[in-house]
Formats: sequence, structure tokens, C-alpha cells
Amino acid sequence: MTPPLTTLRRWLPFEWIVAIRFLREGRVQTAFIVGGVAIGVAVIVFMSALMSGVQTNMIRRTLTGQAHIQLTQPKETVRPLRNNVPGLREGAILQVPLQRLKGIDQWQGIVAQVRAMPGVVAVSPSVTGSAVVLRGVASRVVLLTGMEPDVYYRIVPLPEKIVRGAARAASTDIVIGTELASDLGVGVGDKLRVTGAGGVTTTLTITGIFDLGNKGANARSTFMALRTAQSLMRLPGGVTTIDVTVRDVYDAETMARRITGAASVQADSWIKTNAQFFSAVSAQSMSNTSIRFFVGLSVAFGIASVLVVSVVQKSREIGILRAMGITRGQVMRVFLLQGGLLGLSGAVVGSVIGALALTAWQRLVLSADGTPMFALVFSGALFGWTLTLATITGLLAALAPARRAARLDPVVAING
Amino acid sequence: MGDGTVSAPLPTARPVVQLRGVHKSYAIGLPNQTEVLHGIDLDLQRGDFCAVMGPSGSGKSTLLNIIGLLDRPTSGTVAISGVETTGLDDSALTQLRGHNIGFVFQYHHLLTAFTALENVMMPMLGDAGFPNAAMTERAAALIDSVGLTPWRDQLVGQLSGGQEQRVAVARALAMKPALLLADEPTGNLDTKSADAVFALLREVSTTDGTTILFVTHNPLLAARCDRTIDVIDGRVVARGR
Repeated sequence: MTPPLTTLRRWLPFEWIVAIRFLREGRVQTAFIVGGVAIGVAVIVFMSALMSGVQTNMIRRTLTGQAHIQLTQPKETVRPLRNNVPGLREGAILQVPLQRLKGIDQWQGIVAQVRAMPGVVAVSPSVTGSAVVLRGVASRVVLLTGMEPDVYYRIVPLPEKIVRGAARAASTDIVIGTELASDLGVGVGDKLRVTGAGGVTTTLTITGIFDLGNKGANARSTFMALRTAQSLMRLPGGVTTIDVTVRDVYDAETMARRITGAASVQADSWIKTNAQFFSAVSAQSMSNTSIRFFVGLSVAFGIASVLVVSVVQKSREIGILRAMGITRGQVMRVFLLQGGLLGLSGAVVGSVIGALALTAWQRLVLSADGTPMFALVFSGALFGWTLTLATITGLLAALAPARRAARLDPVVAING
Repeated sequence: MGDGTVSAPLPTARPVVQLRGVHKSYAIGLPNQTEVLHGIDLDLQRGDFCAVMGPSGSGKSTLLNIIGLLDRPTSGTVAISGVETTGLDDSALTQLRGHNIGFVFQYHHLLTAFTALENVMMPMLGDAGFPNAAMTERAAALIDSVGLTPWRDQLVGQLSGGQEQRVAVARALAMKPALLLADEPTGNLDTKSADAVFALLREVSTTDGTTILFVTHNPLLAARCDRTIDVIDGRVVARGR
């Protein structure tokens, strides 16, 4: 009895059919190299997600209490006195002037200008300065920040840090840190006498107590309404600082330069004010990239070595294919596809292993309170890029063996 | 002109193979330069069944490779089905070879990752213009014609030597070539299998008019061909019958 006719699927091009069959035929060899690629990809996925999580967490913590970019009035300077005689210069002793508290000129216009810039998320004018808070015989010097809660809380999420009360900031309200509350022995609803640097004194009611996760910040920072601070600092209608949040935190320095160029203010990005921290983050990224590069390189060499062996093993078959009228291009594509398929399949398996390892890590490595140390982001883009790069790596690794296969002289190949 | 001349009767139609003054040398320009073919002239007509004999190293395989467009002559001309090949690039030669010439080798060189049927389909699959339905139908018919229908879905590694060689013949015929070059196709087969393969080639020549050039060391098989060409020291020194 004649067996049923099974046939090749023509919807797959010739090169795909042959490449897949060659890989299936050497299935042990294929399994080993897919395993090798998978381990490499799993390491890359795991490390990338971990490092990204660590960095995101560190940056988030760093930027929790500060704006990405801070705009201030440029410092006052003095210029040396010179006469107009060419080559003649008068000696001058330059004394750096005292920096008095000064508002930003035309701040409303600057706020509108910056808000309209692409990449800017939020802009908040504020008044900052020092003040003394009194409670009975106890007093503390604090940093006073007067702001408009609606916009300021989009930059510094103070309501998330409140441990008692609320982050309300009406004209007679003040929000203080846990350390200051402890030092002064006060709680929500208690009154504080606040004397600003301008000498103005007022009594404010504590509406909320926050914990920024930093003892010093909890002891010194206070928040109140913009108008209250303007009054305390004798700066009616003025602001000393404009806080800006941008979409891409790593783009903050570029944005700061653009703002400086567009408006006559001094713009300092978090990258500049936290230069050492940013340098550490950059170094970490560099080392992560280096590790990924070398893992990728070893994956490429693994694929290339397997395909070189495959070309040698299949040389007679390649010869007969060429004799049958298969072009050099078709032979080349057969081996390129094998490289790409090895890279892709290894990347798929590696991504799954990497994701499982990340899940296990998140469940096993916990903080003292039993919560995950930090949130790991399972980014679709990470997996997408990994699959794409692994496939490209496979294709590039296959280039040399594929060219060698395509250049085989059919006569030599057939005769072995 | 070389030593070989066209065998009688003189053809009226275009020859399937036409060689004129074909020389082939290796290691050209080096002290060990060797000429293995010395001015071969040869014509093969449609339906010719021609044996090629000669001692090992006489140039038979080189001649076959040049006729099969796998190798180029050092000088002289080669025309296949009326197409002069001297000026053709590798791509054009590959296309001409794929559509006009089939190969059967002493070692069948089948693709071990594929079944018998799939091996026969392979040349058609490589030709993007070949329709799918016709491809499967033709491969099945060829497998049937070589008597391997019960084994067509088996991987070729599971077939006997004779069966494998029959698959190789079927594969060589897949593109309906005008010329089939067989380089000692029965060299590794027992007498029965060798007879079966020879009979198959003979049938192809008779029924389809395929021109067959058949290299063999077996004088009994050569005697059963229409013509015999003797190649000795790179020259065609006898032809006959």
C-alpha cells in the first residue's frame, strides 16, 4: 500500500527549509549551541534588569526630594575696573559680593517659557531661604520652602512621604519632618513660631509630618504656602527658585543648558549637583555594557564555531546543491539563516530563563521588612532588544562560515 | 582543433553538448603546471547514450566537470544546448546548469536531512519559478519511476546503496535536463543494483530523449551503450560502435 504523500511546505522559501532541516539533523549540536546562547542571553537579561532596577531605584530615591533642574537668579558678580588705554591695565582687588536674597526677574515669563519647552513635565516657582522655628524654649534653624502645592507636588511627591496629618499648605500651615517634630516635641495641630531671614515672624500650624528617608532632610526641611514664605522672606510677589521636572532624567543637563541659553537664569541639573553620584551610575552602566558586550561576543564565537564545523561537515552536500543549480546566494542564505535561527531560538530560551531568574530573585532577596528590595521592571523593550540583538549577532557570526560555504568550489566539495 | 572529432552520423539538429579544442591545465604558471585535457572536440546529440572509459587519472572526471559547467576549460569552447558558455558568469552558468544538466555521482551525495521524495524535490524547490503542485507531482512520479514509492517518505540514510543511487537518478532528472552526467554511478553497487540503475538510465534516454554521458570502468556496461568514448592521457583516442 502506498503511504500518504507528505511534501515540503513551499510557503517556506528553499533556504528556510534547508536551514531548518540542517539544524534539526544535527540536533545535539544545535541543542548545545542553543543552550550556550540561552545562558548568555539569560545572563544579559538578568543583569540588565537587575542593574536597571538598582539604578532606577537609586535615582528615584535621589530625586525624590529634589527637582531635576533648578533655576535661580545668577549670582551677583563684580567686574574689574579698567581704563580704555590699550595694553594698560589697572590693578584691582576683586571682592566677591555678598549674595543677598534676590528674586528671579520676570519669573512668570520664564515659567511660561520653560513650561512650553518639549520634554518638560512640570514647572513650579518657589521661595527658599533660612528661618528659625521656635517652640517654647526650643529653636531650630530650618530651610523654608514656600510653594504652590498643585504643581510642586508633581515635582516633589510630598504627600507620599507624609507619616502623620496631610500635606496641606494653606496660608497659616506648615509641614515639617519627623526629626524636627521630635526635636521640638510637636505634632499635627501644634503651633510653631517661624522667623524668616527678613525678620518677619508669624505663627503657623503643623498640618503634616513627613519622612523623606534622610535624617538631615527630616530635621531641616519645612514646607508652606508660597505667599507665606514670600512674606517671611520679605519677597512679596517674588520667587527665588523655579523647579523643573523633565521626562528623561538623563536629559536634564542638556535641558538645563537649553534653559540657560533661552532665559537669563542659572539652571543647575541634578546631574551637575550630584556629579559624584551620577559618575558612579555612569560607571555602573559602563561596566554593565562591557559585560554584555563580552557575553555577546562569546555567544557570537560559539555560533560561528558551530557553523564552521557544519560547513565542513556539509561540504559535499553543498557541492551537490551547487551542481543542481542552487546559487551561491542561496547557499549563503542557508547558513546565515542557521546563524540567525540559532541566535533567535537561544534568545527566546534565554529570555525565559532570565525572566524566571528575576522572578526568583525578587522573591528570595528581600528587605528587612520582607518586601522586595526594589521593583524589577520586566520591560518588553528589554526582551525585544535582546531577541533582536541576539538574532543580529547570530547573523553576523554566520557571515564568515556562510561566505565560506558559498565560495566552495563544487568540484572540490563533491570530491571531498 | 583537438584530437577528438564528431561521431557519425552528422547531426542535423543543434547538439546538446559541443566541445571545441578544450584544454584544461592545473597550476598554471607554476613549475608543476599540468595539462590534463589536450584539445578535446566532442558533440553529443539529443538521446545519445554514451559511455566514457579510460584509466584512472586520464581526465574523465575533468571532462565531465567541464561539460557539467562545474569547471571551466583553460582554452576552447563549451556549448550546452546551443548556449556558448565561455563568457558566462557564475550566476548564468549556475542557471544553465540547473535547467539543462543533471548529475549522478559515484557517491550519491543525497541530503541526509531529507526523505527520498524531498531529495528529488530539492532542485525544483531551489528554482523559485517551479509551481508547488507540479513539484510534488513530478517528484512523486520520478520516485515511482525508479520503483521507490514505498520508501519515498523515508530518510535517505535508511535506504540501501542501490535505492540511494536510484533516488540520485530521480533527483538528477527532476528539472527534465537535456543532459545527464553520470560519474561511475554503479561503481559502488552490486551487480543487480548496477543493472537496475543502468536500465533506468537507458529508459530515460530512450523515452525522454535525455542525452546521457556515462563514465564507467565496467566494459560490459559500456558495451551496452550506443557509443563509447575512450579518454587516455587527456585525449579522446577512440570512439565507437
